[in-house]
Amino acid sequence: MDFTLSEEQQMLQDTVARLVRGEYSFEKRLEFSETELGFSEDFWKQLGELGLTAVPFPEELGGFGGGGVEIQSVMTELGRGLCLEPYLQSVVLGGGILSQAGNDEQKEKYLAGVATGELKVAVGLQEPQAFYNQNEVATKAEKSGDGYTISGRKAVVIGGHCADLIIVSARTSGDVNDADGISLFAIDPSAEGVERRTYPTVDGAKGCDVFLNNVQVGADALLGDEGKAADVIEYQTGRAIAALCAEAVGCMEEANELTLEYLKQRKQFGVPIGKFQVLQHRMVDMMSELEQARSMAILAASYADAEQSDERRRTLAAAKNVINRAGQFISEKGVQSHGGIGMTWEYSFAHYAKRLVMIGHQLGDDDFHLERYASLLQAS
Amino acid sequence: MNMNYTAEELAFRDEVRAFLDEKLPADIAAKVKGFRRLTKEDHQRWQKILSAQGWYATHWPEEYGGVKWTPVQKHIWDEESCAYGVPRSIPFGVNMVAPVIIKFGNEEQKQQYLPRILSGEDWWCQGYSEPGAGSDLASLKTRAVRDGDHYIVNGQKTWTTLGQHANMIFCLVRTNTEVKAQEGISFLLIDMDTPGITVRPIITLDGEHEVNEVFFEDVKVPVENLVGEEDKGWTYAKYLLTYERTGLAGIGLSKAALSHLKQLASRRLKNGKPLLEDPTFSQRIAEVEIDLMAASISNLRIIAAVEGGGVPGAESSMLKVKGTEIRQAINDLARRALGPYAIPFVEEEMSYDYDGEFLSDENAAPLSSQYFNNRKLSIFGGSNEIQKNIVSKMILGL
Repeated sequence: MDFTLSEEQQMLQDTVARLVRGEYSFEKRLEFSETELGFSEDFWKQLGELGLTAVPFPEELGGFGGGGVEIQSVMTELGRGLCLEPYLQSVVLGGGILSQAGNDEQKEKYLAGVATGELKVAVGLQEPQAFYNQNEVATKAEKSGDGYTISGRKAVVIGGHCADLIIVSARTSGDVNDADGISLFAIDPSAEGVERRTYPTVDGAKGCDVFLNNVQVGADALLGDEGKAADVIEYQTGRAIAALCAEAVGCMEEANELTLEYLKQRKQFGVPIGKFQVLQHRMVDMMSELEQARSMAILAASYADAEQSDERRRTLAAAKNVINRAGQFISEKGVQSHGGIGMTWEYSFAHYAKRLVMIGHQLGDDDFHLERYASLLQAS
Repeated sequence: MNMNYTAEELAFRDEVRAFLDEKLPADIAAKVKGFRRLTKEDHQRWQKILSAQGWYATHWPEEYGGVKWTPVQKHIWDEESCAYGVPRSIPFGVNMVAPVIIKFGNEEQKQQYLPRILSGEDWWCQGYSEPGAGSDLASLKTRAVRDGDHYIVNGQKTWTTLGQHANMIFCLVRTNTEVKAQEGISFLLIDMDTPGITVRPIITLDGEHEVNEVFFEDVKVPVENLVGEEDKGWTYAKYLLTYERTGLAGIGLSKAALSHLKQLASRRLKNGKPLLEDPTFSQRIAEVEIDLMAASISNLRIIAAVEGGGVPGAESSMLKVKGTEIRQAINDLARRALGPYAIPFVEEEMSYDYDGEFLSDENAAPLSSQYFNNRKLSIFGGSNEIQKNIVSKMILGL
């Protein structure tokens, strides 16, 4: 039993940590957030130049076939820096779907760009009426000529505003709730009939809803087998959940450090407020939640690239449930321990709090994953 | 034991409803109910209507233009006004400084300030907290030094709610550094236009400008602006805080927010059905509704005790803690009800004038912001930790 990172994994994490410390001060992050792009193009380029966007891809694409733990190392540090770049969307989720479902031609066409960061991918798997259920797909893709005509709407596509490629799910057969009959398509955002309503997000990034109005795509836009995408979506969402858990742990680490520092330096009634037992115990609870979250992020990382099984499904659902609850706890209790200062825009803590609560709305909230876990519960 | 309103109280409730039906502007009510932003003009417009009705100053004696309501009548007003979408009154003038002036001020001060509060000519803000003095308010450092007919004020106040609209501020200032912290504080009324005052916005995590820092640099304040006696300000401050704490439980506001949540949950879908019918989500709503039911009876018990001549004690501190937790739980559920649509920050849809397509739900846009903004409920008005200290000391004797 060994929970330490290998030398290579540690080097990888240190590389990202150094880069984030050097390039991603809180003040710069506020500036990046306010640009039209909503993140730093320069930082994104650096992630590419250092080979970090290639981590999960094979050697011929500049990567080293990194798995869940390597992604965890990267995402934890991006979380610590509250980084806004679309690593999760493009590298983990987009790259993962293309790798798993794409044919040789499609991989040839897209993956090199994803691995260098030159091609940004966004993924639209949610719909307005579907809450968090990604098998509820009303968007339709109908055969027309050699290709398909796609119509529908994909909800809250983070990074979709600037993506060079948007992967969407659409129904080629079956009823709106059927797992069977869902297909994945790679769509050029500049194609006729694609409209985007772009907005900033509560946690400082950018996203959009994607409206598809009779969008014509060729047969080469279909990723994987027609109607059989549900398994790909579920599997790759699982990888993304593990990555998101790692990001959340990075956020929580930083949030707790900020709170602890504040308890030590803020004085009221002549003493540091950290001398008050009620605040000590609360801080201990926040640390315990972080430990729970860290354990689940490690577990999730170890299952991220495992073969699909009910055990993998359960583990990832459990991890996201724990992460969401811990994130909300640390964010709310951290604000309370800070008092008013914890709610101000000028102070980084508030932005960690917002990111942590918003992570709870990405890829399923705690209720969604509790229900999912319960539905997979083992009899004994 | 009788938990029903009397015939007179029911008649009063009808009167309140008739007034609100007739006089509450529809646009203002819609903004309040939809959690849209209110302008300074909205507040002033409504205040004039209330003043004309004689219902603005519910904490004042009649001789100064107040209205004599019983605690139950105040409660009825609170419930009805929240349900109708009446804007929350800005308390700093009418409910905070005015009772202090009435109890401790001199005749000139009463003549000068009270009518201007009633008419809305003066907009007051509160100069209590300082960067180094939050929960430990008595450690405040803003200095006022007597110089002939004036005090010279230097220092900084913070968390000054809506200070950007105010033309007057009431301040706790230190006039004596030789004595115990509580004994060297005075209560000053300061014109915000006096040279040397700078107001700087504090932007909160939801991007809103609601609170401010106020800086004082050699600000000359006439000695006649001192309320009561020099160095006795702490007594007046504590008197004022008892007014601040009543109503902080926000039971009426929670009821309105819960009703809003249920409407939202009946429109949002999960598994093809309204969230309100979803077993998990409906249980979450049920849980907070039950807590609110209990808290509203606790609230009535306090009101009945006051009606019977009692003084609200540390029970109101317990209710403040419970009440704010309940409101925060409702805000939490409203954000959850949006699912992935809690993430977009669609600022244009927060404006009442927005006439485009709504991204998800017509009431969605402010809900995540409101969840974050209302983390303040357990911080302000005496943080919930301070309230618990009061309870453990005053009730439990610990």
